[in-house]
Parts: sequence; C-alpha cells; structure tokens
Amino acid sequence: MQIKNTAKEYDVIIVGSGAGGGMATKVLSEAGLSVAVVEAGPFFDPADPKTMTQLKPAFHSPRRGGSTTRHFGDYDQAYGGWEIEGEPYGQIGDTDFKWFRSRMLGGRTNHWGRISLRFGPNDFKRKSIDGLGENWPISYDDIKPYYDRVDKLIGVFGTKENIYNEPDGFFLPPPKPRLHELFYIKGARKSNVKVIPSRLSVLTKRINNDRGICFYCAGCAKSCNVYGDFSSGSCLIFPAQKSGGQIDLYVNSMVRTVTTNDEGKATGVSFIDKDENKEYKLKGKVVVLAASACSSARILLNSKSKQHPNGLGNSSDLIGKYLHDSTGGDMMAFLPQLIDRKTYNEDGVGGMHVYSPWWLDNKKLDFARGYHIEVWGGMGAPTYGTGFNVNSFNKFFGINKAGGYGDVLRSDMKKYYGSTIGISGRGESVAQKTNYCEIDPNKVDKYGVPVLRFNYQWTDNEIKQAKHMQDTFEEIIHNMGGIPLWGKPGKDANYGLNKPGWIIHEVGTTRMGDDPKKSVTNQFERLHDVSNVYVVDAGPFVSQADKNPTWTILALAMRSSEHIVEEFKKQNF
Amino acid sequence: MKRRDSIKTIALASFGASLFLESCYGVSREKITRSLTRYEYGRTPEETLYDDKLFAQKFFTNDELLTLDKLCNLILPPNEFGSIRDAEVVQLIEFMAKDIPTYQDPLRKGLVWINEESQSRFDNLFIDLDETSQNEILDEIAYYDPNDNMNDLPEPIQWFNLVRNLTMTGYFTAEVGVKELGYKGNFPNVWDGVPQDVLDQYGLEYDKEWLDKFVDQSKRNITAEWDDDGNLLT
Repeated sequence: MQIKNTAKEYDVIIVGSGAGGGMATKVLSEAGLSVAVVEAGPFFDPADPKTMTQLKPAFHSPRRGGSTTRHFGDYDQAYGGWEIEGEPYGQIGDTDFKWFRSRMLGGRTNHWGRISLRFGPNDFKRKSIDGLGENWPISYDDIKPYYDRVDKLIGVFGTKENIYNEPDGFFLPPPKPRLHELFYIKGARKSNVKVIPSRLSVLTKRINNDRGICFYCAGCAKSCNVYGDFSSGSCLIFPAQKSGGQIDLYVNSMVRTVTTNDEGKATGVSFIDKDENKEYKLKGKVVVLAASACSSARILLNSKSKQHPNGLGNSSDLIGKYLHDSTGGDMMAFLPQLIDRKTYNEDGVGGMHVYSPWWLDNKKLDFARGYHIEVWGGMGAPTYGTGFNVNSFNKFFGINKAGGYGDVLRSDMKKYYGSTIGISGRGESVAQKTNYCEIDPNKVDKYGVPVLRFNYQWTDNEIKQAKHMQDTFEEIIHNMGGIPLWGKPGKDANYGLNKPGWIIHEVGTTRMGDDPKKSVTNQFERLHDVSNVYVVDAGPFVSQADKNPTWTILALAMRSSEHIVEEFKKQNF
Repeated sequence: MKRRDSIKTIALASFGASLFLESCYGVSREKITRSLTRYEYGRTPEETLYDDKLFAQKFFTNDELLTLDKLCNLILPPNEFGSIRDAEVVQLIEFMAKDIPTYQDPLRKGLVWINEESQSRFDNLFIDLDETSQNEILDEIAYYDPNDNMNDLPEPIQWFNLVRNLTMTGYFTAEVGVKELGYKGNFPNVWDGVPQDVLDQYGLEYDKEWLDKFVDQSKRNITAEWDDDGNLLT
C-alpha cells in the first residue's frame, strides 16, 4: 500500500464527525485553530436532494421502504449498520454483542432519536449511592454550564419539572401529546409512573436564522433537510465552516493508527483513503479521537509503538474494558378502543412527545439502576410490512378466523390501522471490567487493519431490571385496556432483555478518572499517558445513566475542547 | 454508467417483469420509464448498484407473473380508489423475491401447487378457471385460526398468507392505497394536538396545567430567548 505524506501540520486532527467530533470541530476552529476532520464515510448534508429521504413516500423505494439494505428501513439515514461488508468483528465465547456503525459525515447523529437528556447529580456518583461501579471524577455542577450552552446552541424542547436527578435546561416548548400518548399518560399514572413531556433536540421554535423549524413529518431518522433537528453536520460542522473556520474535511478516510514520535507523543494519524485504497499520514499537534467508543478504542489499541507496546495510552490495560450499553426491553399492545379511528395527520416530531423518567428508589428494589420509558404507536406512514396479517387481531374479539380475501381485507385494514401502542424501557447497566472489546490477533478487515472482538455478559442487575420493565409495562397496558401482542418473556429469555449493543449506546471503553491506574483519560478526556491525545466520544463515560448519551457527549466535548484551547494558549502543545 | 443511463438501459432492455406486465396491461413505454425513474430515493452508490442488479434480474416466468396478477386481483379486487395494478403489486412481489431470496421457494412452490390443484379438480390452469372455481380453491387456503402458529399450518395456507401479506403491503404503501387508508402525514404541517372532536369521542382532554407549557404555534417563528433560570421569554 502506497503511503503519502502531507507537508502541512494541523493544530488539531479530529477523528470522526459525530456528536463529539462535530462539537470539537466547532469549538476548536472557532478558537482560530487549524483543524482536519477525518471521517471514515462519505460527505453528507441532510439538505442535499440527491441523498435525501425525508418526505419520500414509501413507493419511491422498490421495496417500499423495507429493511434489506438499511436495518431501520430504506429511509433511515445511517450508512452502515450492524454489519459492514469487509469490516467484521468477532465474539468471544457465547457473547452476542451487536455493534452498530454509521459511516458518514455526522455519523449516527443523522438518524438518532434526538432524545436529549442531561445526566443528573446522582448519575455521576453512583458508586457512592450503591457501591457498584465507579464515580466520575466530575460532578453535575462541573458540567452544568456546558449542558446549558449546548441547550442554547442546538435547541431542545422540554419542560421545567424540578426533578432532582432529571435536571431542567433551557427548553423550547414541547408539542402536545398524540392520542395513544394520552392513553399512555392515563395508564401510567394509574400505576404511579410519572409522565412528563419529552426532551428532544428538535426545533419547535426558531433558535437562529441558519436553521429551519420543525414541520412535523415524523422524519427525524431521515435527518432534516431544513436542519430542524440536531445532526452534527447541520448544527456544528457546517456553521463552523460558515463562520470562517480553518477546517479541512477528509471523507472516506478511515484512520488506522495514531502516529507517535520517539518521546511517545502523538504526531498525527495514518489513514486509509477508501476511494484510492492508499494510506496517508496527516501531521497534527493534537489528536482528538471521536470515532465512537469502540472505534476509538480500536485505533488506540492498534497504535502500538516501542513507547506504547500495549497500545497508545494503555498502560492501565483498561482500553476497551468497562464497555457497556443501555438495557432495553419492550412490549407492544393492541388498544381495542382505537379500532376504526378517525384518520388525521398525527405524525408529530420524529419520536415520542411524552416519556417517563425513572420514578423509583433502587434501595427498595432488587436491582441497582433505573430505566426510563419511551412510548410509540399511532397512525404511522405505511411502509413495507404494513398490512401483514391484517386481521389477526380478530382473536382479541374471540373470532378464531382470520385471513380471507376480497373487500373484507380493505375494511379490516382500516379497522385495525393505528390501534397499537409500544412501550420501551431504556435503562442503566452496571459497567463491568469483564465486558470489553479487544483486538482480535487473527483477523483483519479488508484494509488489513486488525478488527475488534467482544466479550459481554449481562449481570443479575440488568436481568432483574428487565423483569421489572416487563411487569411494569404489563400493568400499564392493562390500565389502558390494552392487550399485549405476545407473551411475556420469562427467565429463559432474560425477561426480554435486548442483546448488548442493540440500543446503540455503547460507552465506557476509555473511561475517565483521576487515578491513571484505574482509568484511561482524565476529566478533560485527555489520555493519562499521552498529553496531546484526547477522546471526546462516549469512550470516557464512567457510567451511562438511564439517559441517552448524546447530550453528555456534546457537553463533555465542549468542555474538553475549551480545555484544549486553553492548553494551546499556554503553549503546552 | 451514470444512474440515469443505467435506468434507461434497464427500462429498455432487461426490466423483465415490469415490462412484461405493463405490456399485458397495455401501458405506454413512456409510463414504464417514468415509473422506473421514480426510484430516486437517496441511495448510496453501493445501494444503487445493488438495486440495479436486482432490477436486471427476472425471477418469475411470464406465466407465473400472470397467475400472481390474477391472485392479487382476487385478494384485493379493484374499487373506486384503485387496483393492485395501479399499486404495482406484482412488480413489488417480483422485486421482493429477489431482495429477500428466502421468499423464492415458497412463492414458486405455491404457484405450482395451485395449478396442480386446478388441473386435478377442474382440468385447467388456475388463471383459466371461472371465478367460482377459483374461489372454491381459495376458500380452502384463505382462512386460518389466528391463535395458531402460522408455521405449523399446511403449506398452501402459509403460501397464500405470504401472497396476501405482500398484496396488502404493496397496495397500502402505494399512492392509491395510502389515500384509501386515510394516512395524511409525511407532509409539512403544524401539529397542534389531537383534534377536539377526537378528544371528545374518547372523553379525553389535555391537562390544564400542561396547556401553558405546550408550544404556542403562533409564536414558533419568534426566536427563542430565556432568562437566566431557563424560563422562555418569547
């Protein structure tokens, strides 16, 4: 493979362009630093009509939006998925870890659920509360000012609720609940489960003149062409370019290693230009990894040198360890009161309008950490699969006959359309040293780069939490007058607990701490071992809370990037 | 080859199933080309190549396509909203058989079965039977107990269920079916809650204490400003 070198030395090389990489790009370039952003996938702008899927009806796809090529359907904006051709990953023992990768400018921020929750004061100090895991080296007060600025910069709707561990922010007003959500509210409250308006980074109101306002097409997973929702390209990288930042974008460029000198300090990165299949080297004074928790760990572990024989920054031997994903459990039900509904446009934003934050005290329960509840359903856009088993709900009326042909199918279709509701729990797992990713010594990807393999088992805490989810969902559905669509999964099925990785909240592989023996990065996400390498994705998370990670990735990346700017001012690089 | 050129080539040369069916329906070449170029749906270059590869293949024979066309019409006879031909249901089935290859064997075996059944009972192919005879065969495979596991039922019932599923999804994801269903979304609008008559129908209302918190859609275009405590001022 031919290796090319560039003469230019950047102030900072940022690897990856998702939430963390986008925030680093904005803060560092606006401070006047020269920045290279190296992204493994192609350029992507949600406003480009050539790649746009938003507002496309199902019949524009020859498979009517089916999921053969994109896991979440043809119109989901994630290039990649659980499997990427030529880029495998392995499993150790009976591990079945699912690793979702999205290779495009903006990464997974183009398709995510926009659920933008702050971690609360307790979420940084879980070990002090239950003795499990580890505390963060920072507290909520350290990060609060950054959350505040992220709220104002990017926009998030929600309501002030004064719940201690669900801190309020600078919210845009939320949209009104949909019909099935009103039924959920009634059902949940009957079981004393709190329900509040959702907190999503969708613009229900103007925040500046560069971005449009939500027009309620439920299409957030398609990435908004008027920039009415948050994605890293539309809200961070493009504005940074527009304000004159010195930013060079390297797309289709997959970083292989961080390069180092004889003193063991980083000198830049080597990457593979996927279009030319050639290897290049970029020089930089500082390297900021933001490739996603597992990809950044992979790059560091593959960056072995005389000074760093165990991988870059890995003197603790903890890179890849403490990998953890959110727990997930779901239940779906039929609501008989919703048959033969009046139809109207109830798309709303691309996600739920209400949710339930964790409402109980784990001291009184047999598992350690909590979960929040998401709700979905209603009269969604018909897509591949709509109309399958059209009248199988007949059984809920004691009619043991389904199927048929002719006009009855048309009336059954209308009868049952929009009559289901789904409830999902997304919870916190306890980080384990024994859950990890590491380099597989015997396997490389199609570019010749050693790949990851995973070792991951849930513990009793997560399994019991999943049981609690199922019991709670069953009760709420019963309160709503609903009928679950399938039987409750039992012990043999871990009570419906999703496989690790399935919720796509993997964090913890380069966890932060004050003690270099017990952590990989410090509180500014800087490698303990190498003063000019930072990790600003979810790798440095000590614990993941029952909150979606993105808002915390953004706040930490802002804080760490400003720290980098200060260090530049002190001429420490 | 550029995307547009490749579409043209496929349309004129090898878009077998669609071309064949459209010619049976007496549709103009122009409409066929138009119906192909609508497949502009934000693909990556790799995805485009994959779609083109599937378009260039033909799975069902012309006789099989005509039998499917008949079956789909019996499953969903045309009405004032539209037909399975308007919805290009058979083209979808042809495409899905290539996109999800595990569909191929069951779909083909079922078509063989129904013709054998027609031959042995009425001494003719299914497509050439009168509707009474066709219905007689369908009546024996069209119904099932929804409490049963579909995979445990006789193969002809499973097969007909698959064809019915594909017909239903094909029709109700097409323009005519979406309209008939009454789905009104995927269109820019301003959501301001469940219509009052629907709330009344279910005896529901929005919490009084919540009403002030929801977005005032008349102010959505006014730039947000907050006080230091996060109270929205605008």
